Amino acid sequence: MSAGAGASPDAAPVIETRGLSKRYGGQLAVDRLDLSVPAGSVFGFLGPNGSGKTTTIRMLMGLIDPGAGTVRVLGHRMPDAARTVLPQVGALIEGPALYGHLSGRDNLVRYDSADPTADPRTRKARVAAALDRVGLTAAAGKRAKAYSLGMKQRLGLAAALLTPRRLLVLDEPTNGLDPQGMREIRTLVRELARDGTTVFLSSHLLDEIEQVCTHAAVMAKGRLVTQGPVEDLAATARGRLAVSTPDPGDAVRVLKENGVTGIAVESGDRVTGDPPPDGDLAELTAALVGAGVRVRGFGLERASLEDVFMQLTGEGFDVTG
Amino acid sequence: MSRADTAAYAGGPAAAGDPGVRRWFWTLGLFRSEVTTTFRRWRTLALLGVLAAVPVLVGIAVKIETGDGGSAGGGAGQGPAFIAQITNNGLFLVFTALAATLPFFLPMAVGVVAGDGIAGEASAGTLRYLLVAPAGRSRLLLAKYAATLAFCLVATLTVAVSALIVGALLFPLGELTTISGTRISLSEGLWRALLIALVVAASLIGLAALGLFVSTLTNSGIAAMATTVGLLIAVQILDTIPQLDALHPYLFSHHWLSFADLMREPVHWDDLLSNLRLQLIYAAVFGSAAWARFTAKDITA
Ligand SMILES: Nc1ncnc2c1ncn2[C@@H]1O[C@H](COP(=O)(O)OP(=O)(O)O)[C@@H](O)[C@H]1O
Ligand SMILES: [Mg+2]
Repeated sequence: MSAGAGASPDAAPVIETRGLSKRYGGQLAVDRLDLSVPAGSVFGFLGPNGSGKTTTIRMLMGLIDPGAGTVRVLGHRMPDAARTVLPQVGALIEGPALYGHLSGRDNLVRYDSADPTADPRTRKARVAAALDRVGLTAAAGKRAKAYSLGMKQRLGLAAALLTPRRLLVLDEPTNGLDPQGMREIRTLVRELARDGTTVFLSSHLLDEIEQVCTHAAVMAKGRLVTQGPVEDLAATARGRLAVSTPDPGDAVRVLKENGVTGIAVESGDRVTGDPPPDGDLAELTAALVGAGVRVRGFGLERASLEDVFMQLTGEGFDVTG
Repeated sequence: MSRADTAAYAGGPAAAGDPGVRRWFWTLGLFRSEVTTTFRRWRTLALLGVLAAVPVLVGIAVKIETGDGGSAGGGAGQGPAFIAQITNNGLFLVFTALAATLPFFLPMAVGVVAGDGIAGEASAGTLRYLLVAPAGRSRLLLAKYAATLAFCLVATLTVAVSALIVGALLFPLGELTTISGTRISLSEGLWRALLIALVVAASLIGLAALGLFVSTLTNSGIAAMATTVGLLIAVQILDTIPQLDALHPYLFSHHWLSFADLMREPVHWDDLLSNLRLQLIYAAVFGSAAWARFTAKDITA
């Protein structure tokens, strides 16, 4: 996936935090976070539930005061510059929130009226365009309390798209959606990114981040574990060796003799393992063939973000939290 | 877009040559939105419905009681003084209805709307979206307060207009006698009625500020409404305990019934002005407290 023109390293970061921390009671929800989100990126903010993603996003948006550290969004200090910064930012924070007694359209009118920089003369047209963009035109007149979760989520997204934005902050935008809904949101995110909007997307779903993001940061227990372009992150983790063979027993023995660790046999004819750090893969193939192991396929698989997470934190990624 | 980005960081779209005047006008949009959102709530309409029903009940009760030609009430005190005159002049139903709703129904409705102001948005989660719009905390609080005051006015006028209609339908209208015994024309009486309604609405300014302050303290709309109405009842009770005499002049409800002084000839201003002064003090104190609290608050809901 292309990062787009804006992701050049010399452009000022769209979001930059330094030593950002937040304490709730005795517990640090966010712990000395240094985040840097390049312009034009689709930035995945990955972490299990409770790792501090929403707390960070609330600090970015000026909703809660950082206990320590600084936040800059679009080059300005938050929350001081909220009036300048926020009109250029669309946000979905911890799920949509709507006025149940108002129609979908009137919900958008209400949120648009709250933006002092939004021109009331173009309000109707912009609301209609936002509804159209998320596919809610037909349901625009229905009361929001009659909306399904997916529709509410889309209406929340529409609110984030009422005016042209430079940055979209989406906190778990696919949470609670069915696969179809998830696909729609991802498509929308890709479209917006293509138009040059920087997207900051939090998720506890690894494959979601891998599918749509150019960059990612990984959080665990309030701390930043790593951040950077998705390919680089995956590259830092050693890939896994995969051998496809009808003789798995012999293959396991030979690989073990040649320094391969963490060997596992998957689905009968697939053997995987961590290659020796300084070994040559060509030697491994030669050893396998020399020992009479029949090899159908042999290769190194690119590490997933899940591998990165496991290697960096030493623990599994609990998807359900 | 990277080059343009960095340049635009300095200003943002709003700074692109928008005169301040227009920004001010646009800012009224939030107040308008606040008012329409409030008045489209089923709860608001129910409260107004109850308020409109009070004069109907009073009017019918008086009509039935005096159906045989006798005269109702007749005791001392302000309320009954008005009630006794309803059969002669329907306009007195306006004064009676305001006197009947001011101690509880009107302020309860205001307490519900004011208490719901910030806390209701917080519990619905809409507060965070208003603030990232960005509504601005001071601006939002001001819009909330202005909308609550608009509700005070509408609620009072609902009682007054309902009473005027019922009074005109059930009883004769005409010249009326003031508390001081002088006679004034019907049109003069209508002016006084309007003035009284405005004074009654203004009597609720302090409670509205108190309710909004309570509303900034919690993330539960129900809790804020209940607390405000609870405070209202507590203050009303304190105001009736003679041992707490020294405290009474500081209770926001203490001068509420002074609006009757507008029906004197000449008008007695002392109590009326004390009332307005007290309301403004409450508005200043609790408005500032609400502002201090809300602008420093972590929005975690
Ligand atoms: N308002 C709050 N009061 C107390 N603790 C909180 C509050 N909000 C979040 N936390 C705690 O802070 C931590 C981070 O939470 P959160 O930022 O919501 O994580 P995430 O969005 O990654 O799931 C959690 O341990 C959570 O319990
Ligand atoms: Mg979260």
